[in-house]
Amino acid sequence: MDEIDDVVQEFLVESYENLDQLDRDLVALEKNPTARDKLASIFRTIHTIKGTSGFLAFNRLEHLTHAGESLLARLRDGTQTLDRHSTDVLLQMIDKVRALLSHIEQDGTEGDLETQTVIDAVNACIAGASAATDAPQPAAPAAAPAAPVAEEAVAEDADADADADSETEAAESDEVVETAPAAPAAQAEESSSRRSVADTSIRVDVDLLDKLMRLVGELVLTRNQMVRAAETANEQNFAGTAQRLNIITSELQEGVMKTRMQPIKNLWSKLPRVVRDLSMACGREVRLEMEGADTELDRSLLEAVKDPLTHLVRNAVDHGIEAPEARVAAGKPREGTLTLRAYHEHGQVIVEVADDGGGIHPDKVGATAVKRGVVTQVQLDAMDDDEILGLVFRPGFSTANKVSNVSGRGVGMDVVRTNLEAIGGAVDLRSVPGQGTTWRLTIPLTLAIVQALMVDSGAQRYAVPQMAVHELVYVDGQGSSRVEYVSGAPVYRLRGKLLPLVRLSHALGGEAGGSDQEIYVAVLKGDGHQFGLVVDRVLNTEEVVVKPLAARFKDVGCYAGATILGDGRVSLILDVQALARRSQLGSLERTGSHASALADEQIKLDSNGDRLLINKVADRRVAIPLSMVTRLEEFPVASIERVGSREVVQYRGEILPVLRLAQLLGAWSETETETVPAIVYTDNGRSVALAVDEILDIVEDTQPHSQLHDDGLNGSTVIQDQVTELLDVRQAILAADPTFFIRDNHAERSAYLLEA
Amino acid sequence: MATVQYATFEVADQLFGLEVNRVQEVLSFSEYTPVPLAPDYVGGLFNLRGQVIAALDLQVRLGLPPRDLTAGEAMNVIVRLEDESVSLLVDRIGDVVELDDAAAEPPPDTLAGPIRDLITATFPVENRLMLALDARAAVRTEQTA
Repeated sequence: MDEIDDVVQEFLVESYENLDQLDRDLVALEKNPTARDKLASIFRTIHTIKGTSGFLAFNRLEHLTHAGESLLARLRDGTQTLDRHSTDVLLQMIDKVRALLSHIEQDGTEGDLETQTVIDAVNACIAGASAATDAPQPAAPAAAPAAPVAEEAVAEDADADADADSETEAAESDEVVETAPAAPAAQAEESSSRRSVADTSIRVDVDLLDKLMRLVGELVLTRNQMVRAAETANEQNFAGTAQRLNIITSELQEGVMKTRMQPIKNLWSKLPRVVRDLSMACGREVRLEMEGADTELDRSLLEAVKDPLTHLVRNAVDHGIEAPEARVAAGKPREGTLTLRAYHEHGQVIVEVADDGGGIHPDKVGATAVKRGVVTQVQLDAMDDDEILGLVFRPGFSTANKVSNVSGRGVGMDVVRTNLEAIGGAVDLRSVPGQGTTWRLTIPLTLAIVQALMVDSGAQRYAVPQMAVHELVYVDGQGSSRVEYVSGAPVYRLRGKLLPLVRLSHALGGEAGGSDQEIYVAVLKGDGHQFGLVVDRVLNTEEVVVKPLAARFKDVGCYAGATILGDGRVSLILDVQALARRSQLGSLERTGSHASALADEQIKLDSNGDRLLINKVADRRVAIPLSMVTRLEEFPVASIERVGSREVVQYRGEILPVLRLAQLLGAWSETETETVPAIVYTDNGRSVALAVDEILDIVEDTQPHSQLHDDGLNGSTVIQDQVTELLDVRQAILAADPTFFIRDNHAERSAYLLEA
Repeated sequence: MATVQYATFEVADQLFGLEVNRVQEVLSFSEYTPVPLAPDYVGGLFNLRGQVIAALDLQVRLGLPPRDLTAGEAMNVIVRLEDESVSLLVDRIGDVVELDDAAAEPPPDTLAGPIRDLITATFPVENRLMLALDARAAVRTEQTA
């Protein structure tokens, strides 16, 4: 039965249901042959089966029901009236439909069941009726009494009227009579181990399941209270009963949850086609393998991971797996393998999308991230490979070298991440350059019950979804285990890396500050950032039932829901993503002042003025103070346009003046490139871009400066054993935009741009 | 002539009434979970037989300082709305009174401030003035009093 497609399965269940109704209708109809509504209903049923079987390529079934439909149409329209004979013929037709359906149920095919006899009989009935307008049917009354399932009688009957090959027909129909009962017999044999589809599945309203789910949620709560009470009561009987209740509740919970479960293959079934079409379009050869397709997920979650999963699969085909020639050149089989794998792990469902393609190079990711302004070079330098790979989940990042219609529109992995975090899941990736990439989705089994870490902040208890908790750290404030401050913001040094800290009490609107000693830090990951949540006390992990909050609390944006604790009190479930956003970890990193300071322990923590960005301009090295760098950009040469004698580029909806430093410094760069790296400085809402040949490095400015001024320069220094010139940034900016430092109104500046 | 039953209660010495069919139940409760950063008229959350109920502080809605919920039991009027149940924190529960629609008077012009939007009508009850609360407006989220 596993081989049977779900569509077929559904078709079978539906058809069996309808046929039972049809039997009753037909018998009722025989008593009252003119009941139009009954006829119409029978007609619809047969018509539906015909349509679906045609769609599913069950030809015998289609032809059979087509014949039946023709007869029914006549009956419905009143061209022919239902008599005993036509009822018999219809019942035979229906029995045959059943036989075919049960055959399909057994092995997914119609087998070689004979249907022509019945079809002929039906046609004969139609023809006979037409003929009978002047003479009553001769054979019909005779055949009818013997007819119930006896196919020979019908065959004879058919032979009498229709011009059929009687010998073979009769012989065949003999066989049919034997095989028709044989099929149910075989089924009956099997049914000891397996019941038929119609018997084993019923349709249940999803609302009812939801209600059951809610009730079980309540039961889990009561169980928790009970178990706690039993622990304190210290009474043998009570403890034993509580223990049993505990076990039964767990099983019941599991059972009810299963009713909402659907195998992930429901989702995967559409992917082979996606992969096929896409690999054709991209010129790839891809074999799709699926493991663990029976792994089950809550239906609402299944729906939620549909888009992310499809996106990952498309991405793997488009960017993961190399072109066949490249694969052969790399010593790999021409055909790439894309493996979908689903399994349970620690009460969660893991879905992996793995390709054996070129893998993702951290260097490339890093370079792109810097280019797109996702991180600064300084931040990048402080990252290890895993962290760099994690950058692909940041907004505004897309590794696609060129924008294709498949993926690479700059939206993608961050959306995947957001979607998964929204359902309390997570996504990460492992990649070995040259060997492939594995995306790993971690999905909770259900949304209604989550594992949560209970923490105290002040007098209140909060639940933190366990999925977001990476580790717990106790900071005693002694020696190296202490809170430090960077630009006034608390950080903790976790295995040599600085972890920004968020005080829960502060994040929830309480007073800033608080003890730096003997505190607990829950290391959380949310919104793409790792941070430490400072709480007063960490209690335990428990399963909590998520109660949705009314809209008035959603606007607050800190809570994912509420839950009821074992003692009956209400506790709020924190929304880790929202907390991360609220605490503006992202913007802190982007402004650079924080993260660049975090990057290196050696430097003065509260200033980046004495760090220099080293650029290559022609054959010279030119340094720019990092404080004068707002962003690093890379503009296509083609996008640089001329306005009078000046160069500009359209940038974020504005006209950005571009100054080539080579020109300013009287050097000549000969390199022909397609893109130009540029340093963008923004102040007071205005920006200028300083174009260089290459951005080389960021270093600490420790060496004394020589005061050898030259036009456009502020002196020089020795960095990395090379003489490096210090750019007079103010002068450079004025060269690009003479009005830059004049705090005038916007109009004048536009006027200037127009004139120039 | 139609009559309507009102459940009455007092907040800051003022008599209020809610249509009885809006009132699910009345109970006193002492443990509320504060919701930091929520609008100030939210007194807290509590557990009503497995349901998480938000208790709204009518004093704040009337422009008064918030009620101190740590002091002890507070009286809740649970209001049943289409999609949720919400509690209104009150000082004292009064009787259920049956009032004639014809006795309704428009809210006095002198009634001003945030309370004005929550009142549908006023009724004279035993030498006092009862303000009939608009259940939905009283628990509405958008405007903080």
